[in-house]
Amino acid sequence: MGESVKTIYTLGIDIGSSSSKAVILRDGSDVVSQAVIQVGTGTSGPARVLEKVFEGQKIGMDDIAYTVATGYGRFSVKEADKQISEISCHAKGIYHKHPRARTIIDIGGQDAKAIRLNDNGNIAQFVMNDKCAAGTGRFLDVMSRVLEIPLPEMGEVHFHATEWAFVSSTCTVFAESEVISLLSQGVSRENIVAGVHQSVASKACSLVYRVGMTEDIVMCGGVARNKGAVDAIEKELGKHVIVVDSPQLTGALGAAIFAYEATVKPE
Amino acid sequence: MDSINVNEATSKELLGYFQAKLDEEAWEAKRNGKLVCWSASVAPPEFCVAMDIALVYPETHAAGAGARKASMDLLEVADQKGYNIDICSYARTNLGYMELLKQEAMSGEKPDKLKNTKAAYVPLPDLVITCNNICNTLLKWYENLAKELNIPCIIIDVPFNHTMPVQRHCKEYIADQYRVAIKQLEEITGRAFDYDKFLKVQEQTQRTVYWWNKIASYATRKPSPLNGFDLFNYMALIVCARSRDYGEITFRKFCEELEAKDQAGQYAFGPAEAEKHRVTWEGIAVWTYLGATFKGLKAQGSVMTGSCYPGMWSLVYTPGDLESMAEAYTKVYINTCGANRYEEFYKVVKSSKSDGMVMHLNRSCKLMGLLNNEGGEYVNKKMGIPFVSFDGDQTDPRVFSEAQYVNRVQALSEMMDAQ
Repeated sequence: MGESVKTIYTLGIDIGSSSSKAVILRDGSDVVSQAVIQVGTGTSGPARVLEKVFEGQKIGMDDIAYTVATGYGRFSVKEADKQISEISCHAKGIYHKHPRARTIIDIGGQDAKAIRLNDNGNIAQFVMNDKCAAGTGRFLDVMSRVLEIPLPEMGEVHFHATEWAFVSSTCTVFAESEVISLLSQGVSRENIVAGVHQSVASKACSLVYRVGMTEDIVMCGGVARNKGAVDAIEKELGKHVIVVDSPQLTGALGAAIFAYEATVKPE
Repeated sequence: MDSINVNEATSKELLGYFQAKLDEEAWEAKRNGKLVCWSASVAPPEFCVAMDIALVYPETHAAGAGARKASMDLLEVADQKGYNIDICSYARTNLGYMELLKQEAMSGEKPDKLKNTKAAYVPLPDLVITCNNICNTLLKWYENLAKELNIPCIIIDVPFNHTMPVQRHCKEYIADQYRVAIKQLEEITGRAFDYDKFLKVQEQTQRTVYWWNKIASYATRKPSPLNGFDLFNYMALIVCARSRDYGEITFRKFCEELEAKDQAGQYAFGPAEAEKHRVTWEGIAVWTYLGATFKGLKAQGSVMTGSCYPGMWSLVYTPGDLESMAEAYTKVYINTCGANRYEEFYKVVKSSKSDGMVMHLNRSCKLMGLLNNEGGEYVNKKMGIPFVSFDGDQTDPRVFSEAQYVNRVQALSEMMDAQ
């Protein structure tokens, strides 16, 4: 009889600017549990997401062999054995879910990034937005409030547009004024929503053009859940964009995979 | 000011001493009725030094103000004078500072911002000299200084090198500019130009440049005894004192220290194993966050071993030959075509044995930042090493985000690990 192989549980925590995410992995590949709390670094989010990811599980923090934290709040996670940038974690998570991915578009709460992968899944190049919220989740938050359309409904509303309004500004503050002006001119909310998504797409795609576009193009991050934004990006690129399952969780997933690798291949 | 024992002092002590001495000498010149000239950082100082004119460097002064967290106050003065925030922050810091000095001169009273500033206290100029070999903003900036203060402005006009090597007619044109500058100085001072002293000053400049380049050469050793960020600190003397012996004395001492460090097995971050990666830094330093940018790299074990920026003062020429001197001052890499610029960048990355590149997309300096991405791609194709860019500014603290920087240099480190 061979020796019994011990199950290895690892944890990945992604503390972003507007949400906290966690993934527990079994043996580096099976997702045991995953959780998202819609508040991020500096809030109760990190503690709550840890609580939530263990809810209903037979395992606890003591059973976790290794924890990797990522995201802007990665240095504040006390439970973490190691911190890894979310650029590497998203790349790892996406490549795990979709090995044919070569270009990643990740749009989170305050970051938009484009990552180019080589055939081994390593990062060949990446670029990020500058110190500006345009083209990020925060931009959509602001527009959702002005348009009085809940964020989760923006994607659906987008497809009812008859003509995309033109939101020219790349600045969140100016775009807000522009949207208010469009509303006062009687432009339909549906058309404005599509214009807002086009504005996000234009900003995100400029990053893609800079890293160089190679298919498959895969999108992740919270904004990937917005089908309207994905549609606008596809139209802008003229390419099919694949949205992975649970796109908000790919960073945490990648962190959990890195954690597993650290247990089987210690540095 | 207290004197210093040059033989016993460390290079760091010499650096501090000579920087303060240069400011003091400018004040002394003012008190004694001698002339003070404000100069662009890569304008030739040889003419003024030969004519015994004290030099003050606004870019170095602004960088120092930035490093001491004093630039914001001065930028606000420029804002109030109507200077747009899209203008270079060195220019705005200096124009703000000049405004405060002017108010003091006109009223006899120090404005509060001047009283409280941590920026070095330097005298107003009697003339200015500028050169457009590193940007064209310097022309309007110095014209403004001259107009505001009603003083002479000497301009060394240097054509952009659309092809390399430097064309003969360009060298002749620049040498003629030098001759005109000499005539202007003779008119301003009322004295004949001292050609004998000029030759000695040129020779001194070459000795200083030799030792400056020698410092950078220590970073080609692996592990590197030189922490490349020290080039940013010692840069003050290659800018402000390359035609004096202050730079030569300090740099030679620094080289001796680096040699001793290397012999003792002590490197940039201490033991050899602390050097995990070697990176080239492209662009001007983020003076307002010099510590943060250094620590962000150090946290990843990334030693800065290369940078084109300090090499801008590698002004090698033959003393006595004006056209050779013209060539040195025009072939500054950012005054050359993309093809040459990328190749120069590649040489630095290669000789510094870098594993990655960090690109400062400097809001103030479009000329430095505009082609960063292309330079990175050029080197990436030749050497296969990754690069990362971040947004920042040389002296306007509002542009840089530490969290974004840390994130990007960590990602770069992870990419270098994966190579």
